[in-house]
Amino acid sequence: MAGQASFPVSIRVEEAPFDPTAELARLSGADDMGAVVSFTGLCRGEGGRLAALELEHYPGMVEAELARLIAEAGRRWPLLAVTVIHRHGRIAVGEPIVLVITASAHREAAFSAAAFLMDWLKTRAPFWKREIAADGTPGDWIEAKADDDAAASRWDAPEAAQ
Amino acid sequence: MKVRYFAWLRERVGRAEEEIALPPHIETVGDLVGWLKSRGPEFEGAFENAAVVRAALDHTHASLDTRLGQAQEVAFFPPMTGG
Repeated sequence: MAGQASFPVSIRVEEAPFDPTAELARLSGADDMGAVVSFTGLCRGEGGRLAALELEHYPGMVEAELARLIAEAGRRWPLLAVTVIHRHGRIAVGEPIVLVITASAHREAAFSAAAFLMDWLKTRAPFWKREIAADGTPGDWIEAKADDDAAASRWDAPEAAQ
Repeated sequence: MKVRYFAWLRERVGRAEEEIALPPHIETVGDLVGWLKSRGPEFEGAFENAAVVRAALDHTHASLDTRLGQAQEVAFFPPMTGG
């Protein structure tokens, strides 16, 4: 996987919370932009068990890998713009962790590309989550889920791209 | 060559990064893992289950078979859990 996307790409890896609505508004509608899909991932409290998540990341590689994933999405679907924002550090329950926005002429490409980016991001972008318990105690590193591997591998076959 | 460790691998080896002089017979990522494991019990423990260790060369995912070549930086980490 290599190469640059031929459409506007915004990649941000940062500690501060972001505002999904403001990020959507930032995407100015080009003449042929008929569909914008956004996904926001939030920090769950797991029934009151957690206060926050702590996310470690690999600076430099995260940005490079996200650029590769977006370029791959651009080879599979006719995209007009992509934004990916991913936070690191301490993220309190209820706060946003990740935002993926895809824009295309039609909804199918925008929906599929957003799902693809999230599925591959979870298994390929170098982030690691650890739980912070409700009483503030650092807990275990979260283990990778087989479900996430399965979700990512459904895009492996080139014919998955429509 | 710079070697970096992340998440529980970093905790188990007790350091985030280090500079190593690569012995001449080390050609692949797998060779490097084998050599690292010989450096002490903390490395033996961190790398005991190769199935849950991922690697990257110069910010690109790599496998145990990948040749180190002219890479400046190698990183080891658990399966990723972002998103």
